[in-house]
Amino acid sequence: MAYQDIDKVPLIEGDQTFSSIDRIIADVPLQQKRHNKKSWLAPTGVAFIFVNILMVTVGWLLYQGIGIWGNNIPTAWAFDIVNFVWWIGIGHAGTLISAILLLMRQQWRNSINRFSEAMTIFAVMCAGMFPLLHTGRPWVAFYWLFPFPNILGIWPQFKSPLMWDVFAVSTYFTVSLVFWYIGLIPDFATLRDRATNVPAKYVYAFLSLGWRGSAKHWHRYEQAYLLLAGLSTPLVLSVHSIVSFDFAVSVIPGWNTSVFPPYFVAGAVYAGFAMVILLMIPVRKMYGLEEIVTMKHFDWMAKITLATGLIVAYGYSLEVFYGWYSGSKMEHSLLVWRMDFLHQPYSWAYWSLILCNVLIPQMFWSAKARQSWPCLIIVCVSVNIGMWLERFVIIPMSLMNTYLPSSNRMYYPTIWDFSMFFGTVGFFIFMMFLFIRFVPAINVFEIKDLLHKLHREKASKTEEAVATTGGKH
Amino acid sequence: MANSPYFGIAAQFETPEALIAAVRRAREAGYSKMDAYTPFPVHGLSDELQFRDERVPIFMFLGACVGALSGFFLQTYTNAYDYPFNVGGRPLVAYAAWVPVTFECTILFSALTGVFSMIIMNGLPKPFDPMFNIASFARASQDRFFLCIEAKDPNFVVEDTTTFMENLGALSVEAVPR
Repeated sequence: MAYQDIDKVPLIEGDQTFSSIDRIIADVPLQQKRHNKKSWLAPTGVAFIFVNILMVTVGWLLYQGIGIWGNNIPTAWAFDIVNFVWWIGIGHAGTLISAILLLMRQQWRNSINRFSEAMTIFAVMCAGMFPLLHTGRPWVAFYWLFPFPNILGIWPQFKSPLMWDVFAVSTYFTVSLVFWYIGLIPDFATLRDRATNVPAKYVYAFLSLGWRGSAKHWHRYEQAYLLLAGLSTPLVLSVHSIVSFDFAVSVIPGWNTSVFPPYFVAGAVYAGFAMVILLMIPVRKMYGLEEIVTMKHFDWMAKITLATGLIVAYGYSLEVFYGWYSGSKMEHSLLVWRMDFLHQPYSWAYWSLILCNVLIPQMFWSAKARQSWPCLIIVCVSVNIGMWLERFVIIPMSLMNTYLPSSNRMYYPTIWDFSMFFGTVGFFIFMMFLFIRFVPAINVFEIKDLLHKLHREKASKTEEAVATTGGKH
Repeated sequence: MANSPYFGIAAQFETPEALIAAVRRAREAGYSKMDAYTPFPVHGLSDELQFRDERVPIFMFLGACVGALSGFFLQTYTNAYDYPFNVGGRPLVAYAAWVPVTFECTILFSALTGVFSMIIMNGLPKPFDPMFNIASFARASQDRFFLCIEAKDPNFVVEDTTTFMENLGALSVEAVPR
């Protein structure tokens, strides 16, 4: 593909009108026959197989107990927590795009916010499964997860970061869900009015709550939407900070590091943006959304990926510095355990992490790489693998190396660890494809608003030009 | 005209600018009970309609206060009074450790208050509204901008209002049955 000067690429390409936007975006869920093709059925079908693998794993887990995983003592937290942190992180890009970029008046967010918010919701669902199932018997775990008066007469311990985590993740899920739904109400009204199929009309009418676009309604709607964005911004920063407290508050070497909160948040955004790019590339192609999600969006997302990647790289260097500067024998032995590639069995994980998260993404310094599909895909896949490895290096690898060397013990994942992880990946992709099929994947009314603003800007620029040249052309 | 057979008279416009200009002229002509319907939020429209409502932000602020207090109370009551548990002599009311949960409760209560107060004050869910009686209104969620002068307006007279609206440069003018 030819290299384009990104400043000249518009946010919306082509000669669009309000109704052409409806045809491009809103008709995707209305024309159900469009989806009955290999490009939708094949990935959904494969993902569904993994959903079944997930269900089998969960069934066996509940029957047999968490002994089917490779977790042991001292490595009590392993794949389950690695995957939990990884998934929560992927969700963060959605809130960043929908809330923080809204507050910063970044108009390019409108083309990708709905899609990435959906990603947030499904990623948090995947994340939530892991700690819940790690309790082994989730239905009896409620009394220590949620504060409700129970017959044992005891309450959760609020001095524990694990309780903070429960509140942070459940609040995050709830707020993301209502934020997403609020954004969908006007679009459901558009679908209701465009639908020709009677059952579809009823379903969308129900979901739109009878929205009729009254100016008075929009007035309150915009107030609520902007304030929700304002609330989501500190929320998303708090969620991953709190997740990092699970580690930073403890005394385990490799965990007890004060750089964790910002470094975890940056890592979350890093993985999340990589995932948005990765999923957006095929979806945009499949549904002809090239005019709404342009090269400019990919270029800018790649830049954010690069910037957060550099913050993460700084975090890695600080981890090494803290380990050395602490003067603690345990911290030193942890550095050796992570980095000595000649003698230590899991050092490959550390060095692959550096390769995936620090070295490969440097490609994005080149504008040509940011506009090339193979480069975007390679970097984004490597970032997602790298971020997973980062959590593996931090969580089980720190636990394997204890204060009492006689307790040190290797951790090896089992087949069930992998089937659970890939099962959630399948669940995530399955849900994303259902979302694309039944819900407009791009915010229709915000794109119309953006189009209107772009037209106005263009008109005022022409006027200025006419005024400065004295109307001579 | 309180007992009019009509809900109001609706005019359809092609652009947001034409709608704003029409609202201004209708207001100058002395109409006050009217509403505009647009597919996306049009800036300046609610000002032109002289509509202002600051209750959503106020409710959200109150929700935040209630959330903060209840989060803090929840932790104080459970961990210091109902089930005091001495961990290494640490204080029972360890307020520094309660910041995260208090913060999350603040956000949660405020967000939910905002969403529900917005939906309830907008009178939603409302599956039926007289505006849906005119067939062309389906385009109010797509690419047309509507202005409706309602029958409850003191200056509303079916014939006069219709003539007035026809002179506003609308694409079409229709009476909206109740």
